[in-house]
Formats: sequence, structure tokens, C-alpha cells
Amino acid sequence: MADATDPIHQFEISEIVPIEIGGVNLSFTNSALFMVATVVVGSGFLIWATMRRRLVPTRMQSSAEMLYEFVANTLRDAAGSEGMKFFSLVFTLFLFILLANLFGMFPYFFTVTSHLIVTAALSFLVIGIVVFYGFWRNGFGFLKLFVPSGVPVFILPFVVFIEVLSFISRPISLSIRLFANILAGHITLKVFAGFVITLGGLGAAGIAGAILPLIMTVALTALEVLVAVLQAYVFAILTSLYLNDAIHPGH
Amino acid sequence: MEMEAAQAMGNAIGAGIACIGMGAAGIGVGSIFGNYLSAAVRNPAAADGQFGRLIFGFAVTEALGIFSLLIALLLLFANG
Repeated sequence: MADATDPIHQFEISEIVPIEIGGVNLSFTNSALFMVATVVVGSGFLIWATMRRRLVPTRMQSSAEMLYEFVANTLRDAAGSEGMKFFSLVFTLFLFILLANLFGMFPYFFTVTSHLIVTAALSFLVIGIVVFYGFWRNGFGFLKLFVPSGVPVFILPFVVFIEVLSFISRPISLSIRLFANILAGHITLKVFAGFVITLGGLGAAGIAGAILPLIMTVALTALEVLVAVLQAYVFAILTSLYLNDAIHPGH
Repeated sequence: MEMEAAQAMGNAIGAGIACIGMGAAGIGVGSIFGNYLSAAVRNPAAADGQFGRLIFGFAVTEALGIFSLLIALLLLFANG
């Protein structure tokens, strides 16, 4: 599948400004460019929308307020009022992942979250904060998370082992969920777009037949936009739930 | 058969078997939405309040199917 319609080539990282310091490659790549664009657009939108704090909000200010309330309600429902001290973290994660996913939907733009290292960095940051804050706030009482109440004593070691395993799988599943959803969506889009090209090259009957993969590509693009928003929401709500486990350990 | 061809064949067969995992995830997703619909028809007033949990449950279940797709893609495109 190494021809012009190759679906893997879109994920290649290319260096825009090669920088090497002490043997370490610190180049400014296309991934870094789109991360900077995400931060600029996200913070620019929020700053511009709330520049004049009117009591009766304009449309811009209202949309920023709706975004704020949406994430605040999600975090408060999942982690309680004490969890609200993590609101900046959850809101930043949500907005960054949402904008990074949505930027990937434009043609020729690079999708930042389609690389496992990016999503793994975000996910290990979240789990690191959960573990660190859990021990800092609860001491060794944090380990009560692994001992569910109401379990008969003789199967307790087995249940604790399973609970520890399921906790360890959290950073893995959190990162792979976002990464694989975005990767699979973009590969599928590229494959169907490749069908349009391949059929279109077959003459008049081919061009008529190429309408079908074109319609499918349009439908898939709509689905991918939905997945982009949904995965950002799922990352935010799982972060909130894991933070709840750090604040109130024990079932 | 030499190693290259045998490995390519093994990768292709493994990718095909990984699609069974995606079918199972499809059953799970259908189960979530089916339960939500049957409960929503019985109690329409309470349905909208649970929409957030519906979407969350859908995303977590679909993730498992996507993990399976990831294995298939790794086998096909990543020489391992």
C-alpha cells in the first residue's frame, strides 16, 4: 500500500526548524506547530470572549461561559466541591484535546493527538497527579482504594490484586483510547478518499462510481468531528473520576 | 516458506482475527443503547438527565473495539 493513497503517510513528523542541542533533537516540528496553534487559538478565544465582562453577555462571551459551565458541572458532579480545585487542569485538558482533535479535521493540517506519545504524556500527567495527590492528602489511606468494602476475607487478596491491575491499566487505556480513536478515524478517511481517486482514474464509469466513496467520506468526516468532541469529553470526565478516587479513596 | 512471507501471512491472519474483537465491541455498544432506549420509552422524563452517562458508557465501550482495531493496524502496517 505504498503508493499515493497510502494512509500512513499523513502521520509523518517533519521538522520545520531543525534544532539540535548537545546531541538531542529539539527541532520545531509540524506537531509542535499545531500544538502552539491549539494553545494560541484556545487562549485567544477565551481572552477575547471575556475581555468586556458584560452582565448580559454577547454571543462570544456566552459561548465561553457555556464551555466553562459544561466542564465545571462535569467536574463537580464527578469529584464534588473539593474536586473543583482541579478545575484549571481539567478545563485545560478538555480545551487542548478538543482543539487538537478539531484542527486535525481540516485538510493538510497535522493531528497532534494521533501520536501515542502526545496522548500518553497527557494521560501519565493525569495519573501522576492522581497518585501524588492521593498519597499527599490521604497518606497510606490512599491504598484503601484497592480494598472494596463488603468483601469476604478469604478472597480479599485476589480482589486486591485485580483492583491494583485495573488501576495500572488506567493510564494505558486513557491514552490508547484517545490515540486509537483519532488514528483509526483518520486512516479510514484516507482509505475512502483513496478509493475516490482510484475509481476516478478508471474513465467515465469510474467517475460515476466514485460518487459512492465520496458520500461515504463526507459521512465519515461528520462522524470524525463527533468522535473528536466526544473523546475530549470522555478524557475530561475520566480525569474527573480518577481525581475523585484520589480525593475520596475507598468505595 | 521463508521468514518474510511467513511473517506477512501471520500478520494478515492475525489482523483478520482481531476483527472478531471489534464485532464483540459492537454487541456491547448496541447493548448500551438498547437498554437506554427501552428505559427511556418507559420513563421519558428521566431520559434526558442520563444522556451524559449514556455517551460516557458508549465511549468507554467503543474504546475496547478501537483497541482491537489498533492491534490489527499494528499487525498490518508496523512490521510487528
